[in-house]
Amino acid sequence: MTNTVLEIKNLKAEVEGKEILKGINLTVNSGEIHALMGPNGAGKSTLGEVLIGHPNYKVTDGKILINGKDITYAAPEERARAGLFLAFQNPITVSGVKISTFLRMAYNNLYPDQKIPLKEFFNMVKTVMNDVDMDVSFISRAINDGFSGGERKRFEVLQMVILKPKIVILDEIDSGLDVDALKLVSAEIKKMYNENVGFLIITHYQRILKDIAPEFVHVLKDGKIVMNGDKTVSDRIEDEGYDWIKE
Amino acid sequence: MVEDYNKDEEIEKLTESLKHNKKSDFEFHDTINPVYSTGAGLTRKTVEEISDIKHEPDWMRRSRLKALEIFLSKPMPTWGPDLSGIDFDSLTYYSKPGETKAKNWDDVPDKIKETFDKLGIPQMEQKYLAGSVAQYDSEGVYGSLRKEWEDKGVIFTDLDTAIQEHPDLVKDYYCRAIPPSDNKFAALNGAVWSGGSFLYVPKNVQIDMPLQTYFRMNGEQSGQFEHTIVVADEGAKVHYIEGCTAPKYNTSSLHTAIVEIYARKNSDVKYTSVQNWSDSVYNLPVKRAWVDENAHMDWVTGELGSKVTMIYPSSYLRGRKASTSNLQITLATKDTFKDAGGKALHLAPDTTSRIVSKSISLDNGVTAYRGLVRMNEGALRAKSHVQCDALLINSDSKNYTYPYDEIYEPTAEFSHEATVGKIGTDELTYLRSRGLSEDEASSMIVLGFMDDIMKEIPMEFAVEMNRLVKLEMSKMGAVG
Ligand SMILES: Nc1ncnc2c1ncn2[C@@H]1O[C@H](COP(=O)(O)OP(=O)(O)OP(=O)(O)O)[C@@H](O)[C@H]1O
Ligand SMILES: [Mg+2]
Repeated sequence: MTNTVLEIKNLKAEVEGKEILKGINLTVNSGEIHALMGPNGAGKSTLGEVLIGHPNYKVTDGKILINGKDITYAAPEERARAGLFLAFQNPITVSGVKISTFLRMAYNNLYPDQKIPLKEFFNMVKTVMNDVDMDVSFISRAINDGFSGGERKRFEVLQMVILKPKIVILDEIDSGLDVDALKLVSAEIKKMYNENVGFLIITHYQRILKDIAPEFVHVLKDGKIVMNGDKTVSDRIEDEGYDWIKE
Repeated sequence: MVEDYNKDEEIEKLTESLKHNKKSDFEFHDTINPVYSTGAGLTRKTVEEISDIKHEPDWMRRSRLKALEIFLSKPMPTWGPDLSGIDFDSLTYYSKPGETKAKNWDDVPDKIKETFDKLGIPQMEQKYLAGSVAQYDSEGVYGSLRKEWEDKGVIFTDLDTAIQEHPDLVKDYYCRAIPPSDNKFAALNGAVWSGGSFLYVPKNVQIDMPLQTYFRMNGEQSGQFEHTIVVADEGAKVHYIEGCTAPKYNTSSLHTAIVEIYARKNSDVKYTSVQNWSDSVYNLPVKRAWVDENAHMDWVTGELGSKVTMIYPSSYLRGRKASTSNLQITLATKDTFKDAGGKALHLAPDTTSRIVSKSISLDNGVTAYRGLVRMNEGALRAKSHVQCDALLINSDSKNYTYPYDEIYEPTAEFSHEATVGKIGTDELTYLRSRGLSEDEASSMIVLGFMDDIMKEIPMEFAVEMNRLVKLEMSKMGAVG
């Protein structure tokens, strides 16, 4: 199993001239699960967007490295090809673009040497759809078009499983999922964890953390990581909120 | 699911097998000497010459000369795109490529057959057409119809042949929906028309495979003026397809076609055309359908090529419960102007229409939607919905919308929606974050934008159109 490491070094970023990330340091290795918590508006989603290279966010300082390679200013597709994947907090609709076409194109881009025959690829997609309890009819629907909140999340997970990234950021994957779906999603995360994938799980809730037990818990407040700890941190946040953590 | 997989597989195969990888694959030109040409310019003599060579009946000759007078007397349109690049005096109005009209591809002159081979026409015919006509410059050079349909009385041939073989039938329909007095370009076609198809489907005959005419314009500074007539008699059903391409020249060519469609009572007609003229062509056709009681008319038009296009397929809903749907995709690439739209005229009660236009502008390309919905007094409970969506890819891309709504019937229902958008950064980023390049992501979004209409187009055409749009997208600079 190859190892991958995502390093975030003193990362500062702004959007529309406003500084949101104020010097983040964080390292995620293969086979590690990190939880990232923090109050609304702290900058958690911004960190995800900056990591995948959303052009609306401007990095003003610091570095992002994957296996030592500087990707701070790389195109989103280069980062995806390096193994990075973000499950978005609010996955967007792309009208008229069929899921089957999209998945196939994405896969072929990430694995240009594999050339999986269409039928085999379809079967793989079908299997994963079963695993995340998505009806196979979704395959001919347009990306997130008319999907419910939970369906959007399942589709993010479906993509995660199919596209086989090495480092995964899950932005509130647990919000909007029903209890059964959350179990299925946790199971997928564990499977990938066992295959040496590294995770950064952004969440507000204990439920998902109970299922997958992160080794590291970080707290982001006002654009800075103000605490690094373990499960005891998330337990205390559950009871007391964020006030006890000093910036 | 299974069907879905099969469909995806077919699309993938088709995409791989596409012969045309670049627009320029359509733009080759043949060195072929026409067996007859009127030379440049348009006079009374030119028109008489065309009529002579065709050995036409007298009524047709008179009709041509009358149309010429109308053409000469009418001013150029003062609205819409700039047409000053058309040099009427330097165009060749009639050019005959060969002596034969073949029923078999082997009998088509080698060079011309080669051209159609390159365009993939005989293969298409074999695979999924009930009949096929091929026109090269001014004349039909090939025509065939599966025996099954010929036996049922279907007529499918070029209009010149039809006039010789079925003069009375042709006379019943010729220029009834679109008389030369309609507009300057209808008059021009009336004067110098040559070629085009005549399709007649007898009562209650329902053809399940499409019939196609392919138009190829090869000559430089030439004009192609085909006149097509489609008649679906009562209870008949037919899908007629047209495709068009031409080489690219530095000088301008002119394509002014007429398409007249007669959907008689209870009939169902679908007309699909995808034009991919090179951008030295001015494309100014006139297309109109008369739709009788309880008949249905579908227009599906893809306007991908040409320098300037002005096209407004119209449905005249003449009988109770007549209905029409009009789907149009227009693509304006660098330095081109596509002025297009649908017209629906509700002339009877309970008539319905739906117009959907999707236009895409790349670079400094201009698209304009110009449509008309008229509901005459007495068109009780008529219903119409118009939707026009424009996508502007670059910062200097342009779109204009000119809807004309003339609603004179109080019980009618009419709605109009219009959107103008750009490719969203969030959508692009979503796709790119899954590994798609910027080009792939933006063409995927554009294809998604066109998807409603692509679904209505035969798969072979849709795949080809997808490919062309992707190619155009990859040629231009960054989105935004
Ligand atoms: N495009 C934008 N324009 C202006 N402000 C923005 C933009 N994107 C994010 N912000 C601001 O940046 C801050 C951080 O937002 P972000 O979405 O990263 O928070 P979060 O930690 O994910 O919160 P939540 O827990 O509510 O999801 C917020 O104050 C938000 O309003
Ligand atoms: Mg967030």
